[in-house]
Amino acid sequence: MHQASYWRTNRQRLALMGEVCPSCGAKLFPPRDVCPHCHGPAKEPFAFSGKGSVYSFSTLYHAPEGYEAAAPYVVAWVKLEEGPMVTAQLADVDQEDVYIGMPVEMVTRKLHEEGDAGLISYNYKFRPVMQSVA
Amino acid sequence: MREHWDKALRILAEEALLGALGDAGIERPEAIWVGNMMSGQLSSQENLGALVADHAGLRGIEAFKVEAACASGAAAFRNAFLAVAGGMMDIVAVCGVEKMTDTMGDATTAALAGAADAVYEGEHGLSFVGLNALLMQRYMYEHGYQRRDFAGFAMTAHRNAVGNPNAMFRREISLEAFERAKPIADPVGLLDSAGIADGAAAAVLMPTAMARAHGLRCVRIKASASGTDAVALHDRRDPLVLEAGVLSSQRAYSQAGITPPELDFFELHDAFTIMSALSLEASGFAPRGGGVRLALDGEIALDGRLPIATLGGLKARGHPVGATGMYQIVEAVQQLRGDAGRNQLPNCRLGMTQNIGGSGANIVTHIFERVE
Repeated sequence: MHQASYWRTNRQRLALMGEVCPSCGAKLFPPRDVCPHCHGPAKEPFAFSGKGSVYSFSTLYHAPEGYEAAAPYVVAWVKLEEGPMVTAQLADVDQEDVYIGMPVEMVTRKLHEEGDAGLISYNYKFRPVMQSVA
Repeated sequence: MREHWDKALRILAEEALLGALGDAGIERPEAIWVGNMMSGQLSSQENLGALVADHAGLRGIEAFKVEAACASGAAAFRNAFLAVAGGMMDIVAVCGVEKMTDTMGDATTAALAGAADAVYEGEHGLSFVGLNALLMQRYMYEHGYQRRDFAGFAMTAHRNAVGNPNAMFRREISLEAFERAKPIADPVGLLDSAGIADGAAAAVLMPTAMARAHGLRCVRIKASASGTDAVALHDRRDPLVLEAGVLSSQRAYSQAGITPPELDFFELHDAFTIMSALSLEASGFAPRGGGVRLALDGEIALDGRLPIATLGGLKARGHPVGATGMYQIVEAVQQLRGDAGRNQLPNCRLGMTQNIGGSGANIVTHIFERVE
């Protein structure tokens, strides 16, 4: 990811800031300014809770260039409580323990490093929801 | 179709183009469209239209590159079709070409990921295989299939490739080999996936009356249609339905005035076994979740109800991304002209090709008819 793009997407990557459509009420992530459901303008910011569940998952053994150091890693589609689905890596979990429907929550983690002089890229990942101890 | 280390991108394109022009007895078309996805990233070469025209001895003609991810080949063909069918041009050549094996595997994997959403899929480390793995995992979960249930797609493609001298993997595979194949991205294994390859394929388009007047062995384009969907799979209404495939196949059936059972064969986009299942469902051959059943029941074999991948498909003929759509079209022409050798389907009259870009974001469908 280029530096300008990294800066532009700060609020999405680090705070799951999306939008809500004023016409049909749909919650949108990532922000896209035109509602894909009713096609009206949708520029009102909306902060997602970061809570959701695993819709599908996979373990990648062959990573693309720049991600080799982390392989194998677990990726997933996460269905957010508010509606939209996002694609992200899962953190703090062994692949054998992941299942469809597993409750997860958003965390901020390092995604990859672009060499000695490049960016250290932070982004959202999802981890199993922590159980509170009574 | 293989690793052509001795041949440059431009040479692959030129050879295919001159082969097609020679077959049609045409020296100089009015224009060429070149289908290609990754020449910029993998060969540091854009402006392919002019480059290929020049190296094919056609300097001066109109020429452009058309890009639609893995559907680039059929997208280029459709652009040529629009020019000829629209009456703006008479004779147009199309060439699909891709050079994938000059670079290391990681770089090729990263370039292929460009077919997905770069910021919201690729940046998270998703490879193209990874996205198909998410589809396959969900499909198995919803419909109760096992990994081995998908084997029929790969085994059929490999069996059919044996009889195709242009195929990359001309050997059969067993169910055991499919099950033992090493995982790339669970549940996708090596034998669920089409081979990375170099290749080029080409065709010449002209009005049917003109082709007949020249006594050419032509086929008729009965339909040419395309449709799009969200690039990011997580943005689709239902990730397990290829809506772009539904749109393009319905448009194609409507243009051709036919229904799916009338087709004699279907060259589908079997980049991954899950794509075959989803393509069959989107094109009306099976209900949602029923695509895998066609493989389990043997309906997709050369002697089945709906032969697919009749010359090896993407899986075993090879998948040189931007060339793949043109390979499918050339193979459909081979079947309809009776040039398919050992794999010739008897009495085939109507064939369909479907080229899928970006796991379903851009889908181009064509229907061809034999000309008596």
